[in-house]
Amino acid sequence: MIDVLVIGGGNAALCAALTAREAGASVLLLEAAPREWRGGNSQHTRNLRCMHDSPQDVLTDAYSEEEFWRDLQSVTGGLTDESLARLVIRESSRCREWMRRHGVHFQPSLSGTLHLARTNAFFMGGGKALVNAYYRSAGQLGVDVRYDSVVDALDLAGDRFVAARVGADRIEARACVVAAGGFESNREWLREAWGRNDAGEWPADNFLIRGTRFNRGVVLKALIDAGADAVGDPTQCHSVAIDARAPLYDGGICTRVDCVSLGIVVNRHAQRFYDEGEDFWPKRYAIWGRLIAQQPSQIGYSLIDAKAIGRFMPPVFPGAKAATLPELALKLGLDETALSRTVRQFNSACDGGAFDHTVLDDCRTDGLTPPKTHWARPLDTPPYFGYMLRPGITFTYLGLKVDERAAVHFGGKPSPNLFVAGEMMAGNVLGKGYTAGVGMTIGTVFGRIAGAQAAASARKGTLRDAA
Amino acid sequence: MTLLDSLALEAAGLAAGAPHPGLAPTPAEAELARVMQICNACRYCEGFCAVFPAMTRRLEFGHADVHYLANLCHNCGACLYACQYAPPHEFAVVVPRAAALVRADTYVDYAWPKALGTLYRHAGLTSALTLASGLALFLALALARNGTLFPGPLAGDFYAVFPHNLLAMLFGAVFAFAALALGIGVARFWRDIAPGAISAPAAGEATLDILRLRYLGGGHGAGCNNEDDAFSLSRRRFHHLTFYGFLLCFAATSVATFYHFALGRVAPYPLASAPVLLGTTGGIGLLVGPAGLLWQNLRRDPLQGAPAQAPMDRGFIVLLLIVTMTGFALLAWRDTGAMALLLAMHLGTVMALFATLPYGKFAHGIYRSAALLKWAVEKRLPSTLQLSDE
Repeated sequence: MIDVLVIGGGNAALCAALTAREAGASVLLLEAAPREWRGGNSQHTRNLRCMHDSPQDVLTDAYSEEEFWRDLQSVTGGLTDESLARLVIRESSRCREWMRRHGVHFQPSLSGTLHLARTNAFFMGGGKALVNAYYRSAGQLGVDVRYDSVVDALDLAGDRFVAARVGADRIEARACVVAAGGFESNREWLREAWGRNDAGEWPADNFLIRGTRFNRGVVLKALIDAGADAVGDPTQCHSVAIDARAPLYDGGICTRVDCVSLGIVVNRHAQRFYDEGEDFWPKRYAIWGRLIAQQPSQIGYSLIDAKAIGRFMPPVFPGAKAATLPELALKLGLDETALSRTVRQFNSACDGGAFDHTVLDDCRTDGLTPPKTHWARPLDTPPYFGYMLRPGITFTYLGLKVDERAAVHFGGKPSPNLFVAGEMMAGNVLGKGYTAGVGMTIGTVFGRIAGAQAAASARKGTLRDAA
Repeated sequence: MTLLDSLALEAAGLAAGAPHPGLAPTPAEAELARVMQICNACRYCEGFCAVFPAMTRRLEFGHADVHYLANLCHNCGACLYACQYAPPHEFAVVVPRAAALVRADTYVDYAWPKALGTLYRHAGLTSALTLASGLALFLALALARNGTLFPGPLAGDFYAVFPHNLLAMLFGAVFAFAALALGIGVARFWRDIAPGAISAPAAGEATLDILRLRYLGGGHGAGCNNEDDAFSLSRRRFHHLTFYGFLLCFAATSVATFYHFALGRVAPYPLASAPVLLGTTGGIGLLVGPAGLLWQNLRRDPLQGAPAQAPMDRGFIVLLLIVTMTGFALLAWRDTGAMALLLAMHLGTVMALFATLPYGKFAHGIYRSAALLKWAVEKRLPSTLQLSDE
């Protein structure tokens, strides 16, 4: 019998597998995806948030435990477990040397992300390069990796893990780490969680998934059904506004549209519905998925004029381009009269001010509902551009309750040999909201804890078997 | 490209308001521009090499931009394995292949004279035919002059077979033509990508980047990729052996020419002389280096390059190997009756190498060096974009 079975193939699973193997356990890792799609959502990530008391190679200045903790409190609105959060924060200052040993290379923050140079360590080449490095290291250390291995059921004896089922195969292990991600790619579950809106629509049917198609939540559901304690709201997910032409899965980073704060956003009826200039875009991008999910047909249109060109990260798809607003309306399938009226009202409400996109400037609308409180400049300089937006789901928050040993709990009692890491338990630390790189931090820290605990548990199991 | 494709592209170019319908992008150019638009929205690969930082200074990728970026690409492969949008993703981003395909266009488009540029399209055939012609030329010359290929031991006196001035004239002319053709090509390339003034620091940085092959280091110094996502420094090392081996052999020839004309010292030179020592050291590099590069080339992940490029790469490597091997054979048996035959073979292959310099793989070094210099100049200029950050 193998010592440690790891279910999942992304960052947290790999950290668990590597750590368990380093502790001397025999390890089998089951990745649901084929090799070319391995790595779950981790392949789309690019950095991890790290506490540090002084400048460290790619990290500038300092980012203290207290500041990190305050940031977490602020983005989660207090929906976090302080002792687990502080554990993650403290460990984040120590994990990079281990990551380097397993082949991860770091680099200074990327262009367009300078605001993260102090807090986040970027992986050279991004998350897929990190995933590749971990798989290479796993291969060298003798971790057995099986692709195309979808676990569809778990055999438990009360709170003990006994075996996992992959089709007709039954795989026993002394201990198990589940790190198989959330359920955002399970369309039925999303539909059920989001329900029907007043217009009779099923909003989740129009969601695009920014990450892997393999996060179907099978293991998560199996454990919750078996009585594992859950955390987090099943209707909560991290969602941003992305280009409507993005693929249904794996659109990743490049499908985001970053010109919202430079223009206006209208719905299917060519009406504005939210303050586009409420705050800096990196602080607001993550609310726009939900805002658009609440609009009819779950669609929005970000409109800019020529003044915005060259001021935002280039989008992956070219926008609809038009010399006049009616032409733009036609190209986007919006009502010409309604759009002209909306823009006219917006333009006449812009009360001047000195435009400066690098500060919260005083360009705002006057007497308009909803207002645009910064960077409000009339749309008056052709050509005009328009981007159709859809909600893009990054991950779900529903997860399993853990303690500082990453143990799965049943009725408040920790399992002796079943552990969980990554998105399946991130909700303990991140009840809602998000801040860049914290998902990878939680995955790395709890992946390593789960791996070490599983190896220790397997060792005890071996001793008991021998006795 | 079929006529229909080209017409369709031209029409698309016209519809998109392209200023010069005659310059509608080729399929290779259009593909690299498509890929760069995706990369520019992602940017995860920024740390690997110069291509991605240069890309971030642009929002659109016209003819000059794609040729510039394609030639900055060292085909290291790092961005292929790191790419979340690589096949089987529907975006099908394969930067090294897209860039390799454009480079094939670069060499043709910028070649001088234009008509000879198409030789690149058939680089394997070009190498083989030039090799055969070079050999035939010198074998026939030897026969015509000496009546036989085996005139008996000549104590290493090469000029008994071919007079020095004849050789100097033949090789001088071919080399001068190669230098002129490459010079005109790279001058066109340079003008097209509109660089600013070259400062000393920019020139210094570009020179170091070229001489160290910085961008085969993978950005982290662990090297580049060959058959999979593992990094290795071996390609950089084999290329160094080839490049510096070539330079040493060139130095050997230059010193020998100096000896002949300035000092009146005539070949053959003793084994411990500068020309022989330089040539032998360089020759060892030119054996080990190309052999290693060929071995790696044959094992490389096909996604890293363009299939049509393989004959050009391998043809050039094989030609270098043949030049070196015939050179060593000549050194070993120069005092025997086989000398005249070996000399004719060596000179024939060297002639083939020189003649194909402007129309084969060798050109990559010239255009890439120009692109690196352009980057060293460009990166010192403020960006014209004001992409918001926070």
